[in-house]
Amino acid sequence: MRLSLEPRARPAQAMVWLSPVLAAVLSVIGITILFAVLGRDPVQALHTLFVAPLASLDGLSELGLKATPLLLCAVGIAIGVRADVWNIGAEGQFTVGAIVGSGVALAYGGAGHWWVIPALLLAGVVGGMAWAAIPALLRTRFNAHEILTTLMLAYVSIQLLGYLVHGPWKDPEGYSFPQTKQFEADAMLPVLLADTRLHIGALFALLSVPLGSILLGRTLMGFRIRTVGAAPAAARYAGFSRNAIVWFCLLLSGGLAGLAGICEIAGGNGQLTPVISPGYGFAAIIVAFLGRLNPVGILFASLLMALLYLGGEGLQVTMQLPIAVTGTIQGMLLFFLLAADVLINYRVRVRVPQAAGTTQHA
Amino acid sequence: MDAAAPPPRLRLSGITKRYAAVTANSDISFEVGAGEIHALLGENGAGKSTLVKIIYGVVHPDAGEIAWEGRPTAIADPNAARALGIGMVFQHFSLFESLTVAENIALGLGARESIAALTGRIAEISGRYGLAVTPSRHVHHLSVGERQRVEIVRCLLQSPRLLIMDEPTSVLTPQEAEGLFDVLRRLSREGCSILYISHKLEEIKALCERATVLRAGRVVAACDPRVASEQQMAEMMIGGALPVAHRPAPLKEGRVCLAVDGLSLPADEPFGTNLRDISLTLRDGEILGIAGVAGNGQKELLAVLAGERRAPDAAAVRIADTPAGLLGPAARRRLGLAFIPEERLGRGAVAEFPLTENALLTAYQGFTRGGMVRYGAVQRYARDIIARFRVVAAGTDAPGSSLSGGNMQKFIVGREVGVNPRVLLAAHPTWGVDIGAALAIRQALMDLAAAGSGVLVVSEDLAELFEISDYIAVLSGGRLSPPRRTRETTVEEVGLLMGGRMADAAARDAVHAA
Repeated sequence: MRLSLEPRARPAQAMVWLSPVLAAVLSVIGITILFAVLGRDPVQALHTLFVAPLASLDGLSELGLKATPLLLCAVGIAIGVRADVWNIGAEGQFTVGAIVGSGVALAYGGAGHWWVIPALLLAGVVGGMAWAAIPALLRTRFNAHEILTTLMLAYVSIQLLGYLVHGPWKDPEGYSFPQTKQFEADAMLPVLLADTRLHIGALFALLSVPLGSILLGRTLMGFRIRTVGAAPAAARYAGFSRNAIVWFCLLLSGGLAGLAGICEIAGGNGQLTPVISPGYGFAAIIVAFLGRLNPVGILFASLLMALLYLGGEGLQVTMQLPIAVTGTIQGMLLFFLLAADVLINYRVRVRVPQAAGTTQHA
Repeated sequence: MDAAAPPPRLRLSGITKRYAAVTANSDISFEVGAGEIHALLGENGAGKSTLVKIIYGVVHPDAGEIAWEGRPTAIADPNAARALGIGMVFQHFSLFESLTVAENIALGLGARESIAALTGRIAEISGRYGLAVTPSRHVHHLSVGERQRVEIVRCLLQSPRLLIMDEPTSVLTPQEAEGLFDVLRRLSREGCSILYISHKLEEIKALCERATVLRAGRVVAACDPRVASEQQMAEMMIGGALPVAHRPAPLKEGRVCLAVDGLSLPADEPFGTNLRDISLTLRDGEILGIAGVAGNGQKELLAVLAGERRAPDAAAVRIADTPAGLLGPAARRRLGLAFIPEERLGRGAVAEFPLTENALLTAYQGFTRGGMVRYGAVQRYARDIIARFRVVAAGTDAPGSSLSGGNMQKFIVGREVGVNPRVLLAAHPTWGVDIGAALAIRQALMDLAAAGSGVLVVSEDLAELFEISDYIAVLSGGRLSPPRRTRETTVEEVGLLMGGRMADAAARDAVHAA
């Protein structure tokens, strides 16, 4: 018996959505084996990972909190990828958005201005856009591919953050810790549910789902984006400017990532520290693909990814497993997803040796 | 047949080939005699390509038998086919641009023979059959006709006893085609059988002594093309009466809707063609045909007319009296330009988009409000196109990739004609589509002109241009000949202009300056 892959006459639509489910199941199997090899009780580990975080209101609100930046970044990334524009550096725009928004919060907070929160949110968006404008310019002017430039700028942004919190923005009363002053109360995002940390950033993230769907599915801009991505020659023929789409997609995803960044700070610790993200911007790439580049799918994928983050923290606390377990599981998920996606265009055919005799040729 | 008669060169019995969803060949049986020129006729999708791939060993049949000179034979691969004496000249050549003719042939033969010895054999074969090729020239210098001669020489070096020719004249000037026929007739007299695939019925009549007609994967008829009329053969192919295209009476001379004035533009890619001093005028209600072998500047001219490339200055291209040379495709569409491009899927249409969105691709200017697409209205537009052009599709949600080439092209034509353009550019509008679709497309172009639009058709199909055009000009080596009234010129005259590229550059420049 031999297994072989055979091209399908047309892509299997059911597989498009079954593939992430298959990937999730295979990942769980992989995780189980991993725990067994590490000598930990797999049942307890899976319980810690997937069940414990969902058992309380607190856990659910933390899930929403972690899903917020993932969802905002992933919707932007997905819209870009639909146009074949690859913003791999949402992490960088997230960071710069957090920096610029925090600058506004630190400068104007505490004076009781009603506009501080709108202004710092806007500053976060503008910061993310500005950081994404650099790769957009490099791409449209010098044809430098955004996969490289956005990724490289992500590391630059992290250095920039480190410089600020170690240098000019360091809290003079912070006992020499590399961190900024605490935001004043009027610069902190309102909390949605009493006694939880879930803030209004989650509403922006939720709102990005219908808005992203409408943009892609109902507007001419969305049609242009999809055409540029699906058939560049057809887009040229129709008169859709590729450069305009590159700018639009990078500014949009940069702005969303920047919004995620400032929400994470102004809705969380209320100060900048050298590390403000456990890699949300990078994990959002997996979320975008797991959600099939579709905003509704991305909503579910971001919840799954948030659960992995939460469960990973639980594993650290209760089973003393390293944080790297979270990254391993994320990697497994992407790996199995890419493998399962082969089945969209190919079917598995089982061949029995005697079948070779049915044609006249050896 | 009595026992002493020699067996046919090739006999196919009950050849059947099924793919997952379709049966490409079903129970196909026919014979090709020694020295016979046998035509294989059929519309696109009738199964001709699959059948010749089976004969050439590229595809293996599911059932049936191939007998070569009387012996049942399994042809494992193209090497086995060549070893038997089967040669094939493909529609699309497989030559390396940067190598010489001799090097290309050496690669194709895979023989351990010095280039010098091979050069001698090439010269000998090309001399014997009057196939002018120069072994030391680089392929990128060669015209399409010369490239085809290289392919034929490559086959002849292996002394084939059956030569398969797949649509060989689609890239040739009429004079080059005549030259090819002389070679084929001579090969036939020497005993080489020829299996000739074409949809050009006048060629089949002139060349072939027997024809097998395929339709939907089956042999539906056989005839003697020297006796059968072109109409009869066409009706065998489509399996019904042939609709007739008619040209409505031309209007009186209209206003100029498209003007190009002294346009020169260097090629933007290697092996492209520079456009040299092109001028043309298209009037409302007129069809201007631009003849010529592809690769003589057609792609470049269409790109600069459609706006995908900008002209050097605004006045070089005028659409409806507006200087448009520096405008992009969308702005030119707003001036009333529409364009049917050469490539269908991937350019004229998006394979994975449903037909509704493929209707939107260029017609979007009428279907948006405040940045939102009015999808209901677009869907009605797509439905109208499908109905008016009898596009065979599962509905407006069917993806572009699910349509056959001819149906996709009818849809694209319908979309471009449907916006009532002032000027329509059409690139090879019926290339590779079946007879029924080609007629519908030509009729749509003529109807559009009758309604007052200017139509510019670039085509390699001279019969088509002579049928529909009011004026014909020839694009050769990036230069456009002055247009002639169609009824005042002849195929021979146009053919001579098409071959102009072969004349050496000095002579061409002298003629042009005169």
